[in-house]
Amino acid sequence: MEQIGFLPPKAAVLSRRREIVADLADLLPEGCLVHEPRELVPFETDAFVSYRRVPLAVALPETTAQVAAVLKYCHRYAIPVVPRGAGTSLSGGAIPQEDAVVLGLSKMSRILEVDYANRTAIVQAGVTNLAISDAVSADGYFYAPDPSSQLACTIGGNIGMNSGGAHCLKYGVTTNNLLGVKLVLVDGTVVELGGKALDAPGLDLLGLVCGSEGQLGIVTEATVRLIAKPEGARPVLFGFDSSEEAGACVADIIAAGIIPVAIEFMDKPAIAICEAFAGAGYPSDVEALLIVEVEGSEAEMDDMLRSIIEIARRHGVRVVKESQSATQAALIWKGRKSAFGATGRIADYICMDGTVPLSQLPNVLRGTAEIIERHGLRVANVFHAGDGNMHPLILFDANDPDDAARAEEAGNEILKLCVDVGGCLTGEHGVGIEKRDLMRHQYAEADLAQQMAVRAAFDPQWILNPSKVFPLEGRPAA
Amino acid sequence: MSVIHDPLSEEAAARIILSAAAAGSPLQIRGGGTRTLAQAGGRDILSSANLSGIVAYNPAEMTMTARSGTPLEEIAAALEKHRQMLAFEPLDLRPVLGTGGIPTIGGVFATNASGARRFVAGAARDSLLGVRFVNGAGEIIKAGGRVMKNVTGLDLAKLLAGSRGTLAFLTEVTFRLLPVPEDAATIVVSGLNDAEAAAAMATAMSMTVEVSGAAHLPESVRGRVLGGRLPDGAATVLRLEGLAASVAVRAEKLSAAMASFGAVSVLDAGATAQLWREIRDVQPYADGTARPLWRVSVAPTVGHQLVAALRLETGVDAYYDWQGGLVWLRMEANPEAELVRRYIKALGGGHATLMRASAAAMATTPVLQPQAEAIAALSTRIKEKLDPAGLFPAGW
Ligand SMILES: Cc1cc2nc3c(=O)[nH]c(=O)nc-3n(C[C@H](O)[C@H](O)[C@H](O)COP(=O)(O)OP(=O)(O)OC[C@H]3O[C@@H](n4cnc5c(N)ncnc54)[C@H](O)[C@@H]3O)c2cc1C
Repeated sequence: MEQIGFLPPKAAVLSRRREIVADLADLLPEGCLVHEPRELVPFETDAFVSYRRVPLAVALPETTAQVAAVLKYCHRYAIPVVPRGAGTSLSGGAIPQEDAVVLGLSKMSRILEVDYANRTAIVQAGVTNLAISDAVSADGYFYAPDPSSQLACTIGGNIGMNSGGAHCLKYGVTTNNLLGVKLVLVDGTVVELGGKALDAPGLDLLGLVCGSEGQLGIVTEATVRLIAKPEGARPVLFGFDSSEEAGACVADIIAAGIIPVAIEFMDKPAIAICEAFAGAGYPSDVEALLIVEVEGSEAEMDDMLRSIIEIARRHGVRVVKESQSATQAALIWKGRKSAFGATGRIADYICMDGTVPLSQLPNVLRGTAEIIERHGLRVANVFHAGDGNMHPLILFDANDPDDAARAEEAGNEILKLCVDVGGCLTGEHGVGIEKRDLMRHQYAEADLAQQMAVRAAFDPQWILNPSKVFPLEGRPAA
Repeated sequence: MSVIHDPLSEEAAARIILSAAAAGSPLQIRGGGTRTLAQAGGRDILSSANLSGIVAYNPAEMTMTARSGTPLEEIAAALEKHRQMLAFEPLDLRPVLGTGGIPTIGGVFATNASGARRFVAGAARDSLLGVRFVNGAGEIIKAGGRVMKNVTGLDLAKLLAGSRGTLAFLTEVTFRLLPVPEDAATIVVSGLNDAEAAAAMATAMSMTVEVSGAAHLPESVRGRVLGGRLPDGAATVLRLEGLAASVAVRAEKLSAAMASFGAVSVLDAGATAQLWREIRDVQPYADGTARPLWRVSVAPTVGHQLVAALRLETGVDAYYDWQGGLVWLRMEANPEAELVRRYIKALGGGHATLMRASAAAMATTPVLQPQAEAIAALSTRIKEKLDPAGLFPAGW
């Protein structure tokens, strides 16, 4: 099994290491540069832990001006730069390389302004996703996109990956909740894209930057949309005797024109893992489980749940568990949101992220099971079913290279299946290095070339996060 | 006289583009021809008129794929059969611009034209899942896809949305749909001045009643919608949509809260549909004149401050959508571009587009908001990557 490659380190950069470290130290305040080999280790990977590269140095600037100074310097000497938020990327998006300066935003973690009348917040890129909602919660607001990693991940990383979460079915993903950014371009120029106005003039550069995986510039500030918290929210649990029935039920709920806030899916292995960890009261004797959450006043929630339960009954739902209290609701969600962490405690896993048309859910679940079986592996499926965003967690033993290779191989086959049924490689985790070499399965050569050309308009030398997203062969010459 | 090319296929469009490039003769892209977005300047026209038709409609998945030249009307008719709609309420500017033509779905996305629901449900770009286009090098390109969530590579679909024919020729679009709400109502608060209305709208938006439209029609405008049937005095209007029982409950809650601002009345679903269509399509200024009309986008609480500042210096009339963030500004005489943009800047930024004016004023006024130098330079570099020969007009 071939390992995913990185660009070969530039000898010219490696040989100047000491000089570069000294120059960066001049550009940054004390305590903002990491370069001792031992201290660099925590930055060698992200949540895609199978791959590690120790960077040349890590810059942890405190201001936009310092970010600009570092970029300007790196641009001048063509030193690769890898932006980093909290390093929770599941696709290797924040993994550095030996000749790279990691630009970490962790010290820029302030909420700069909250403006309820305009329902916006201006925050620094290193603020965590949850910190935004926490800051406005007492006043009755929240920031909608809610990745399960929200306690740790940063808004800068969310913008990098255009992250989603369970509640994005109703509220949209990061790009739909982002109004503006302060962006440092590769040469150190600072630009403001968008702002508190609902649309910006000219080309939609903000739309392009969101999800660009740190390849178009460094985000130092973001203006995000706040939403008034609903009066109430209530999840219901459904247990089914087969994954296919659960999948078909999801498609029917959407087709009925009901848009709940969230529809989450778990298969039997995932249920067992989450239940053992969180004690959420999930039924243990069903093959698949759906968590469907609705919002509104008591009367509205009753109304919607009645229609949803009726649809589930048509699909032979066996267990229906309506949450009776806020504590119960929280417990139901705790089980779901700890799925990745809980899985990590029992095995090593890689998390796939393909998205498929809803009608294909049952078909792809079947196909996934078959691929996994053929490779002699185990899988737990837990995902955002309402928008077709699947997360098979492929379990393996990282100490067994053969097992690891088969897991990667199975993952690739599953993603190809997603593309072949009309879906895509990644719905919210990004391409990173993980899916980079599958890009040609989804895009024709001309399509990829067009994307790369646009990327090059921002970064002609390809120094921003250069080993990611686009296959290493066939890139335009700098 | 400029030639009109209306290819029957993407391949034919690519051939036209290649030969135009070879001949060094620039092109102007046209959808339904309902507005002239950049100065055509005697260019040959590349029209999507013959690239028409719905390619795939999957009501159960709430997505549709259509060729770019498909008339909006045809799409609306297909959606109506399944009680679905476009979330972003595309606007029809023909009445206010005094133009003809047939709005097309490609034109809607190329202009990112978005109506009242924009401030809660997103713009056209937020509904766009995938595109096919022919770039200025004659290459047929696909971007995005047909699933709801997709972060595979750069989001070129967003770049094409709102690009106004400056980058490439859109040939096909795939977009998401929403169910038509079962019921709708509008809460009307009467007699508020612009500043009071801004406060009332902000309060409404802070409530958990899911307002899906928030507009303010000052007294000068109030009589020009709904055939003058709105109660006397300025009208601040708040739309609620959803299941009938839910709309009723929320209407009661919102009415109670709004009563502290002014006299409250309620419009039913029929009147609601008409009112919001007229607000969206700028019906109040469809007055058959060419008096200058600006579309101004600012932070919602700033809209009324801008208008108040301008009033001290020149004759203006205005009304507000998007909670005050979208200002339709009609000037009495001259466009006063410099003045309008100076105040927008002073009040925290935003942008103004001149939508209508006399031919002379259109020709001498910077119609689009001038951009910061670094952004304009970046936009030019991006354009060069899609349209290396500069076949299509630039515009930012
Ligand atoms: C347990 C677990 C659960 C998760 N659940 C979800 C989920 O539900 N939904 C979901 O979408 N994702 C999920 N993720 C993935 C991950 O948390 C997200 O991708 C997140 O947005 C990454 O944020 P981060 O701050 O950790 O960024 P990093 O991992 O540090 O970086 C992510 C990418 O963004 C770039 N980047 C970071 N900061 C900036 C910046 N300021 N400017 C420009 N580029 C930048 C990086 O170069 C990299 O390419 C999960 C991860 C884990 C470990």
